[in-house]
Amino acid sequence: MASKKIRVLIAKPGLDGHDRGAKVMAHALKDAGMEVIYSGLHQTVPSIVKMAIEEGVDVIGLSIMSGAHIPISKKIIELVKKEGLDDMIVIVGGVIPAKDIPVLREIGVAGVFPGGTPFEESIKFIKENVRN
Amino acid sequence: MGVARYIKDEKDRINDVILQSGIHIKPLYTEDDLREIGFDYRKDLGNSGQYPFTRGIHPLGFRSREWTTRQYSGFGSPRETNERWKLLISQGQTGLNVAFDLPTQMGYDSDDPMAEGEVGRVGMAVDSLRDFEIAFKDIALDKIGSGLTINAIASIMVAMYQAVAEKYGFSKKEISATPQNDILKEIVGRGAWIFPVEPAVRLIGDVIEYTVKEMPRANPVSVCGYHIREAGATPVQEIAYAIQIANAYIDNVLERGYNIDDFVARFSFNLDVFGNLWEQVAKFRAARKLWAKNIKEKYGAKNDRSMFLRGIFGGGGGGLTKEEPENNIVRSAYYALAAALSGAQTMALCSYDEAYTIPTPHSALISLRTLQLLMDEVGLRDTVDPLAGSYFIETLTKQMEEKIVEEMAKIDKMGGMVKAISAGYIQKEVARQAYEFEKGVQSGELIKIGVNKYAGGEQGEVELHEYSDESAIEQIKSLNELRRTRNNKDLARTLKALKKAAKDKVNVMPYLVDCCKAYATVGEMTGVFRGIFGEFVEPSIF
Repeated sequence: MASKKIRVLIAKPGLDGHDRGAKVMAHALKDAGMEVIYSGLHQTVPSIVKMAIEEGVDVIGLSIMSGAHIPISKKIIELVKKEGLDDMIVIVGGVIPAKDIPVLREIGVAGVFPGGTPFEESIKFIKENVRN
Repeated sequence: MGVARYIKDEKDRINDVILQSGIHIKPLYTEDDLREIGFDYRKDLGNSGQYPFTRGIHPLGFRSREWTTRQYSGFGSPRETNERWKLLISQGQTGLNVAFDLPTQMGYDSDDPMAEGEVGRVGMAVDSLRDFEIAFKDIALDKIGSGLTINAIASIMVAMYQAVAEKYGFSKKEISATPQNDILKEIVGRGAWIFPVEPAVRLIGDVIEYTVKEMPRANPVSVCGYHIREAGATPVQEIAYAIQIANAYIDNVLERGYNIDDFVARFSFNLDVFGNLWEQVAKFRAARKLWAKNIKEKYGAKNDRSMFLRGIFGGGGGGLTKEEPENNIVRSAYYALAAALSGAQTMALCSYDEAYTIPTPHSALISLRTLQLLMDEVGLRDTVDPLAGSYFIETLTKQMEEKIVEEMAKIDKMGGMVKAISAGYIQKEVARQAYEFEKGVQSGELIKIGVNKYAGGEQGEVELHEYSDESAIEQIKSLNELRRTRNNKDLARTLKALKKAAKDKVNVMPYLVDCCKAYATVGEMTGVFRGIFGEFVEPSIF
C-alpha cells in the first residue's frame, strides 16, 4: 500500500479565528500529494476527533494561535488514545514558544512546527512518520 | 517586508519588478506614459477636496489638521479597564477603544463551556449591562467617544452602550459609539462570525438604520479591508473587496427605503499599509477615487461628504517579523510614510514587538513617536498629495484603479459580495494568495531582510501572556449573582419581544436596548438570534 495517499485533517480548535496559517499548510500538504481536509473554525476537541475518525485520516494537524496549545493537545491525544486510534499521529503548528515544544512532545504530540517552519520540513516529517 | 518580485540577471541587475497586484514596474517613466493612459488632471485627480477626491478629501490636507493617532490597547476585567480609561482620559486621551474577549465576540457567556480558557484573555469579558456599568462608571460619555471592536454582535453592544449611557444620565443623541460592525470581513479574514451571511448582514443594516435615526453621533460601520489583506489578499483585492462589502451594507439599508445621502457619510474604512511603498500610495489614491465614483455613479449620491473615503490607513502587522524585531521599528516608519504620502486621516501602527507578544508601553510609545515625527519633523504636513503628477505614480494609480475595477466586476458577475462570500469564492481566493505569498517568502523570491536575506541575527522569542483563571472565576461568580438577582419577569418579556422582532424582520435594536436594561446576558440575546438565524456553515473549500 505504498502508493496510498496520506490523509491529513487540518483542524482549528477553539474560538480563535486566525486561519491563514491553517489554510496555507492545507495548500502546501495538498501540493505535496496528500489528501487534506480542513475542519473549519471554532471546533471542539470531540468534534475534531469525530471528524478525524469519519474521514479516516492518518494525521491530525492542529493550528493553534491562542496560547492554549498545551491543554488542547493534551485533550486531543487523550481522546485519540481512548478511541483506540493507535495509528493516528497528532502534530501542532501556530504560535508556539520554543520552551513549550518539549512539553508538547512529552504529552505525545509527534511533531511541532511553529509559524515560519519551511514547508519541506513538515512534509518530510509527515511522510516519514505516518504509520501506514 | 518585500512584497514585489524582482527578476534579476546574474549580475544582480533588475530586469523586471512585479508588484503583488501583478503590475510590472518599468525602469523609467516619462510624459509618454501619461499620454498613453490618457491622463486628464480634472477627470483623474481634481484638486484636493474636489471630486473624485484622488488627492484627498480635504482641500488643505494635513495643513488644516494633522492625522489623528489612535493606538489600540486594553485588556482586563471591567474594573481594571475602567481604572485604565480614567487614567488615559486624565492624560488627555479623547476616545476609548473597547477590546472584547473572544467569548463575548462570539456571543457566549463567560460560564459557557465554549468560553473555557478564553474569559478576559484578549479583551474585556462582557456578559451583561452590569459589566458596562462598571467599565464606564464616571466617564463623560457625552465627551468621550468609544470604539467598540466587535462585529457579529455589534448590534448587542451598541444597544448596551446606549443602555449604560442612559443609566448614567446621558441621552442617545449625545453619545458617540463607533462599532466595527463589519461581519463580512470576519467571514473572509478574521473568523469571529456566528450567523449565516444574510441575517448577519441584516444585523449590520439594523445598526446602521438605528443609529441614523437615533444616534446622530455614531459611526455605525468601519469597513475593514485591513483584515482581509492580513489574511492574504493583494492590495487590489483589499480595496475591491472592501468597496464591495460596503456596497452589500449600503444595499441592505437602501432596501429599507433610505436615500444614499442619509447614511453613507458615516461609513469609514480600515485599510492596511504594509508593502511596496509605491503600490500602497497608488492604492490609497485609487481607492479614494473609486469609492467616490462608486457612491456618485452607482448610487447617485448628491452630497460630497457621502463620497469621502474616510478612515484609518495603518497597522502593517503583516510586514513585521519576529527575527531581529527592532528592524520592525524602521519598517513601520516606512509604512507610516506611505500612509502620510497618501493623506491618511487617522493612523495607528503595530508595535515592533507585536509579531511575538502583546506590546509593552515602551514599544507602543515608539509607534506613537514615529507618527508624530512624520508630522512635525520631516515635512509631511507641508503640502497636499506631494507625489501627484509624477509620471510613475499617476501611471501606477491608473493601473491599480483598472485592476480594482476588474476585481470588483468579478464579484458583480457573481451577484455581489453576499453571494461571493456565501459560495466561499472570496475565502478561497484570499487563502490562495496567502499560500503564494508564503511560497515566495520560503523560496526567497519575496525578500525579508533578517529572515531569508542577511539572516542569522537575534530572534524575538514568542511570549504568551499567562492566562489566569482568577479573573474568569470572579467574572462567572458575578454572572451567577446577576442571574439570581435580576427581575425574571422583565427578562422573559424583553427576550420574547426580541425573538418576535428577529423573526418578523423588524429592526432589533430597540428590543435589544430593552433586553440589556433587563440585564439579559450576551449569551441569552445571541441565543435568541442563534435560534432564529441558525449558524454560519463554513464552506469547506480552502
